[in-house]
Formats: sequence, structure tokens, C-alpha cells
Amino acid sequence: MGIVRTKDLVYEYIKRDEDGNVEAVNKAVDNVNIDIEPGQFIAILGHNGSGKSTLAKHINALLLPTEGAVYVEDMSTQDEDKLWDIRQNAGMIFQNPDNQIIGTVVQEDVGFGPENLGVPTDEIWQRVGDALEAVGMTAYREYSPNKLSGGQKQRVAIAGVVAMKPKCIIMDEPTAMLDPNGRREVINTVMELNRKEKVTIILITHYMDEAARADKIFVMDKGKVVMEGTPREIFSQVEKMQAIRLDVPQATELAYMLNKSGIPVPQDVLTPEELVDELCRLY
Amino acid sequence: MLKDITIGQYYPTGSAIHKLDPRVKLFGTILYIVTLFIARNPVVYILAAAFLFTCIGIAKVPLKYILRGLKTIMIILAFSLIFNIFFTEGRVLVQFWKIKITYEGIIQAVYMGIRLILLIIGSSLMTLTTTPNDLTDGMEKGLRFLTVIKIPVHEVAMMMSIALRFIPILMEETDKIMKAQTARGASFDEGNFFKRIKALIPILVPLFISAIRRAYDLATAMEARCYRGGKGRTKMKPLKYGKKDGLAYIILFAYLGLIIAARILWNKFVQVG
Repeated sequence: MGIVRTKDLVYEYIKRDEDGNVEAVNKAVDNVNIDIEPGQFIAILGHNGSGKSTLAKHINALLLPTEGAVYVEDMSTQDEDKLWDIRQNAGMIFQNPDNQIIGTVVQEDVGFGPENLGVPTDEIWQRVGDALEAVGMTAYREYSPNKLSGGQKQRVAIAGVVAMKPKCIIMDEPTAMLDPNGRREVINTVMELNRKEKVTIILITHYMDEAARADKIFVMDKGKVVMEGTPREIFSQVEKMQAIRLDVPQATELAYMLNKSGIPVPQDVLTPEELVDELCRLY
Repeated sequence: MLKDITIGQYYPTGSAIHKLDPRVKLFGTILYIVTLFIARNPVVYILAAAFLFTCIGIAKVPLKYILRGLKTIMIILAFSLIFNIFFTEGRVLVQFWKIKITYEGIIQAVYMGIRLILLIIGSSLMTLTTTPNDLTDGMEKGLRFLTVIKIPVHEVAMMMSIALRFIPILMEETDKIMKAQTARGASFDEGNFFKRIKALIPILVPLFISAIRRAYDLATAMEARCYRGGKGRTKMKPLKYGKKDGLAYIILFAYLGLIIAARILWNKFVQVG
């Protein structure tokens, strides 16, 4: 059984005009069935408005399904008694680091989650220390969040979730507002958490190079999951990806174009290094 | 220009007063303000001033730094002086046409001035020696009894600490918006008072929109981190009274007793005699 499952999940978004009459009903998430194994690193790809953020908010019970159901650790998100268990088990990171940091000092912000859970004071300090260590921000524990870079702030936000000891972390485009350095910092931190602490990661992104490092990718378009598989399986289908206006990693695209012009390179290369190896083998 | 505004300035020196529990300091400040209003004679004012300056000495905050805070109340101070001097009835000292200066008026004005100055210095000593976080924590715990009359103390304290966290962020944003509007030809320092006020609209509208958006995001993030109000919440830094806090309370009450005694004795002997 997976750690996060959705069953025929539908979420309708009702558009109203000024008088409150229903103008249109959009299905932001349309009949989605996913099943995520514990310890996996999952990427969800999709265009703006493909419903990927809406799906993410369902896993944390910030949104409730119109139809169907979402289960976290076999607890239904519609079960109000389990709400806080679900939120503790499935932590969430948002796009804008400034808008999710509550404390005026780094360590106080990391302690916010455990405080809410009613963890005893000594253990809060223990957890805050461990969480800051896990994201490599121990040196900044007394700093004001306003003095940190975007990548550092996002790592503090991750520590804030880690301190709640979740089994799974959902990240809604955590790198969208960061510069390349910040992006690398955050993604490396996330990978490390996944590998060392065995935390299940669900990363929502539209950066292909981030998705290429995942164990499994779900591609969403118009509220539906249209593709599902390993990065190699997904990115080798260049035409299908382009049809839903998504890119593939540059190396994959080059391999695809070489193939088209008659050079028989395998199409499932992901990195420039792999492509170089394959080309060297040919000549 | 916007960076100069600092609310709840904190001046760290690590003195004994800095280390006191914020509840003691809150209570002490309120008690001090009360004694200023009890005072009706010079002895009491001298005692109050002596007490305050002793505290400043212990806190090791430079006097110059504290007196800077008085600048903001200069206008209020001037107003209250003028009103008291010219509009108090009593024994006339000087009179030209309908304007007269009375003996009682001068006394009243001097008292009022001293009272205001001590009040401002006293309360700024509290903010200078207490971090904003400690202050909100102290308010949350020290005023918890107010929940009995349905005042949401925890929520108010939480709002205050979030406001403190967002002040620098919104300042930065205001700066950005101002620059963006200037780049499009807006000017903020031209024309008369009303024109300048009007020029602020293109800053305030985007600022409010962004602040509301941030508030919405933050609320979602707080919920995602299991925030559900003050119930069942533990504290990372729980407030605990120590020995020095008990001592501070004793000193405060001794001071209050002294002030009351001074007032009663003055009324009995000096006024009557």
C-alpha cells in the first residue's frame, strides 16, 4: 500500500460572476489516480493551470475532494479527526519562502511546527537542532530570516517541516522564485533528505532537470495525469511532451533530433554526459 | 528613508534589566505610569525621576539614545505646556489684554511636562531592553487572565509577532513599488500637502494587494504546519520566573509604597502647613 494514494480524485473549481451565479465549472483535477510508495522521490510536471498545485494541496488536506478520495497513510483527508495527523505526516513547502516563515528568528520558525503539535519544550530544541542540521543551516539558527538568501530561506522552511517529523514532504514549486544557486541548494537538500532520512518527496516543478533526478514522474495536463513513469520513460517520448507544451532536458532533445536526422543514438539519455558517452560509442 | 523607521527598537547590553522576565517589565511599566499620575507634588516627581534614572543606569542604555525618543513628542509637549500656562484659572501673575498667565498655570504646565517626559522615557526603556518577541510572549502569558472576558490574547500576541516579522518585508516592498512608480514618472515630493497625499495612492494600492496576498499565503502555510490557535500549543521558550524577577517585583512594590507614602505625607504636612 502506498503512503499517498488518490482514488478517482476530482476537484471542481466554480467560477462565479459578480452576482454569484455559476458561470462555469472547471475541473482543476479530473479523475486522478496515483499511488506513491514510501521513500520515493516523485516529480509532478505540468504546465501552468494543469492542476498540479491543486493536487498538492489535496495531499495536505488544505483542499478537500469534490469527488473521490485522498489517502495519506491510509487516513482519508475527509476524516476531520485525522486532519492534524495528516498535516503532520504530509508536510508542505510553498513557492514563496517569505510568505511561509512565521518566526522572527530562524530557530523559532523551525520550532513553530513542533510547538503546534504540543511537543514538550526539551524535545522541541532537540528537533530544531536536528532539523537545522539536516538542511545544513545550523550556523544560521540565531539569524533573522530577513537576512538570508532565497535558497537559505527555503531551506529554513524545509527544516520547519522536517522538525514535525513528516513521512512525506510535498513541495509546490519550491525553486520557482530562486536564482540558479538557490535552486541547486534546495534540490540537493531535498535529495539528501530523501536518501538519508528516507522521507518521501513529492516535488512539483516545471524545471526538467529537477524532474530528471526523480524516481518517478507524473505528467499532468488539463487536470488529468497523462503520463506516468521513470524519467527515462517519460522524456524519451519527446513528441508527446511537446504536444502538451512541455520541454524535455536539453540532452534528450538533442538525442531526439540526432535520431531524426539519421544518427542512431538511444533516445532515453538524460544528461549531457550520457549523450557524450553514447556518441563516443558510435564513432 | 524608510529604513530609518524602527519600531520596537532594541538596545542589547545584556544588563540585569535586559534579563528580567518580560512580564516583570510590562507590569513595572504600567505601575510606573500609574505612579506618575498619582504624583501631585515635587517630592513624588523627584522620587519617580530618581527611580527611572537608576533603572536606566542599571540597564546601561546610553541616556542620549533614550532622549532621542523624546523628539517625536515635542509637539504634544509644546501644546500641553501652552494650554496649561494660558488656560488655567488662578492667581494672575502677568496679564495683557485677555491673555493671562497664572501661578497655578505654570505649576500645572511644569508638572504636565515632567509627567509626559518621564512617561515616554519609562516606556521606551521597556522597549529598549526587551526584544519584540519577548514582549509578545510576555503579553501572551501575563495577560492570559483577559481570556476570561473573551479577549483572544493568544491570537493578538500572534498577530503582533507576525506583524513585527513582516515590517521589514513590507518596507522593502514599499521601496520597490516607489521605485517602480518613479520609473513611470510619478513624483512623491512635489506639490502641496494634499497633492503629496494623493501621490501616495499608487503606492498604497499595490502595497495593500500584496500584503493581503501575503497574508493569505501565510495563513495557508500556518495551517499546513498544524497551527490551530493557542490550545494545546507548547512553547519553545516558556517563560519562567526566576529569583531576580521576584526581587524586581519586591523593588517595584517598595517603590509604589514609597510614592504613596510621599503623597500622603506631603498632603498632611506641607499643604496644610
